[in-house]
Amino acid sequence: MIPRSVGSEGPAPQVRIACAIIDGVDARHAAITFESVSFAYPGRSPVLQDISFSIPPGVSAALVGASGVGKSTLLKLINRLLDPETGCVAVDGRDTRTWDRYVLRRHIGYVLQDVGLFPHQTVEQNVGLVPWLLHWPHARIQDRTRELLTLVGLSPDEFATRWPDELSGGQRQRVGVARALAADPPILLMDEPFGALDPLTRRDLQREFLRIQQRLRKTVVLVTHDMAEARLLADWLGVLDEGALVAWDRAERVAASRDPRVQPFFESPSQTLGTP
Amino acid sequence: MALLRFFATHREEVTTALGEHVVLVVAATLVAAAIAVPLGIIAAHRPRLGAPLTAVANTVQTIPSLALLGFLIPLPFVGGIGPRAAIVALILYGLLPILRTTIAGIQGIDRTVRTAAEALGMTPRQVLRRVELPLALPSIVAGLRVATVINVGTATVAAAIGAGGLGEYIFRGLSMVDSTVILAGAVPAAALALTADGALTLAERALSPRRGRRWTRAVTLVIAITLLLVTFLLALPLRSRETVIVVGSKNFTEQIVLGELVAQALERFGGLEVERRLNLGGTFICDRALAGGEIDVYVEYTGTALTAVFRKAVAHDRHRVLETVRDAYARTGRSVLAPLGFNNTFAILVRRGDAETLGLSAISDLARVDDRWQAGFGYEFLEREDGYRGLVQAYGLRFARPPRVMDLSLTYRALATGRVDVIAGDATAGLIEALDLTMLDDDRRFFPPYDAVPVVSTATLLRQPVIRDALGRLAGRIDEATMRRLNHAVEGSHQDVSDVVREFLRDHTVSDIQ
Repeated sequence: MIPRSVGSEGPAPQVRIACAIIDGVDARHAAITFESVSFAYPGRSPVLQDISFSIPPGVSAALVGASGVGKSTLLKLINRLLDPETGCVAVDGRDTRTWDRYVLRRHIGYVLQDVGLFPHQTVEQNVGLVPWLLHWPHARIQDRTRELLTLVGLSPDEFATRWPDELSGGQRQRVGVARALAADPPILLMDEPFGALDPLTRRDLQREFLRIQQRLRKTVVLVTHDMAEARLLADWLGVLDEGALVAWDRAERVAASRDPRVQPFFESPSQTLGTP
Repeated sequence: MALLRFFATHREEVTTALGEHVVLVVAATLVAAAIAVPLGIIAAHRPRLGAPLTAVANTVQTIPSLALLGFLIPLPFVGGIGPRAAIVALILYGLLPILRTTIAGIQGIDRTVRTAAEALGMTPRQVLRRVELPLALPSIVAGLRVATVINVGTATVAAAIGAGGLGEYIFRGLSMVDSTVILAGAVPAAALALTADGALTLAERALSPRRGRRWTRAVTLVIAITLLLVTFLLALPLRSRETVIVVGSKNFTEQIVLGELVAQALERFGGLEVERRLNLGGTFICDRALAGGEIDVYVEYTGTALTAVFRKAVAHDRHRVLETVRDAYARTGRSVLAPLGFNNTFAILVRRGDAETLGLSAISDLARVDDRWQAGFGYEFLEREDGYRGLVQAYGLRFARPPRVMDLSLTYRALATGRVDVIAGDATAGLIEALDLTMLDDDRRFFPPYDAVPVVSTATLLRQPVIRDALGRLAGRIDEATMRRLNHAVEGSHQDVSDVVREFLRDHTVSDIQ
């Protein structure tokens, strides 16, 4: 079913430009493509094994799985915080190894569970970071920062000059989302973005994000262990189990799966599931 | 009160010493930072490199400061005597605290923050400059603060190799047994340490992560200033070497008097420009300094030269010892001039009261009390062949307790206050009378002669032959009684050394000249 290109096995000896056609989506038109990707941290057993999938532009996908199955590792392979051991990862139809890693990362927004705001910079400076890295003119950065703070529901007049330690957890994560969206990247990676928040705040932010996503139509890869969140925010679902991608399809089709490795996620919904 | 009066009368001198001290500490700490911060940054990213680096810095920290200075003296470029070697030593001491806090500061940064910086597309350079350094800066400044405070203290020891600073007073005070002078060095040094500590604590707070971004420019500026300062300091001692005669002396009163005497004689009779590097920390340092060309002349004692400098067996004939020493110096590029006249042999001293009640008059009498008495000696006496070991052998003494080791200058006071019962002092010490001590007769003629002779670098002598004539005027002019009187004038009556010497030269030699 999946045509493998020659040389995808073994440690990639040279950089290949093309990833093949997977699941009917032409990799050249896909935003993100994984092809037979395996990864292991040095001296440890493999975290990811033979992962293949691809995400068309403007689609939001969620990857679910228990803790430690390699969800975060998979995200890091997309923006080259890590490189695959074997196989190929492509972004916008180009093997990531042909991208300048810094250009690639500035092209991809990233939201972390613990946000990771820079404590020595104001909210404004944090949000304006990637535009600053891209040498935008100062005035444009300022306009963009105000626009984004408004988008994530924070009044620029009130919040622009605050320091991260003057924000609540929810506000901090809103700033994190704004920072990730600052340079208008076509792709957004979210690693358990709302995992550290209390249930009420989390639901607020999930709905807020849904609203933003409906407007911006980014290609989103969301990593979560919360199936309710995944179903709420994503069109496609992937289930990771022991380093393997055991399901990858439209959300409702994954939900109907009889696979014993997939079913448990739908049988024991977490407490956040329910009517919004 | 006495201290305030001292400050009032020595205002200019104290200000200079304080200035020298600050320059030593600031220059050394800044250079240490310029070395340790980059090293710390590298080490923080490569833990395998960090451990051995810290271990080396740790080891340097454990070397006692005087020993470190001793190691540095014979080294080219970094060594010698004077501020240069002192700054090098202080740099070495400053490395560890700064290295440690730099590593800790960078490794202590929240991992999420670092991941975020990378994930957003910062290059390693940008991560370092925009994230790691600003966040580690308070920790680095804390290290700088510790290094500065350590160095304010350590710099006092630098006076031992003629680097100046407040330690000069401490050493001078110790050799004069004058606590006011000691305090004149110790109190400003303590104040300086507290001030530096306070100022840098404020800086630490001001630099807490959320303030400002201008620190890069500040750091660049600081490094530039440091480099300038260091270049200046390195150039300084080399500048006027050709024309100026540098006079050295060891670090006790008599040596300082003799150093001043030689200096004034050179100025007065030779018309030479003289630089004084008095108060150097001992025979070894003076000898190395003379051999290395750091000083041109100092007064040595023939017996000391024979055993301590040239490691020859103890000899007792005055004339033979002088000729042996003259010969040995000549082979090593140095010339011995005519003896000044007095023989400063070791004096075994006891309290006058003990001498009278126990009937002690000669060293051999000590055999009667050695099972009860506590001896106290300076480091040099314990080390020398013609010192403690030879003495107990020659006289068959068996002290029940090992001798207490202390600075030579402290032994007199320790004897007078009863903390020890017998010491080895100098026959010309002004304190002998002042503290009511009695000198025991060397009845077995154990101690070799210690005739005071000026030793001059032969190269300097060839360049300035007038030195021989100028110092020749002092030949045989100073007997033991004169020397004891001069010493007492400085030590006991607290007169200014240069005044005492000037008066002596006027009274005793002017008639000869005219």
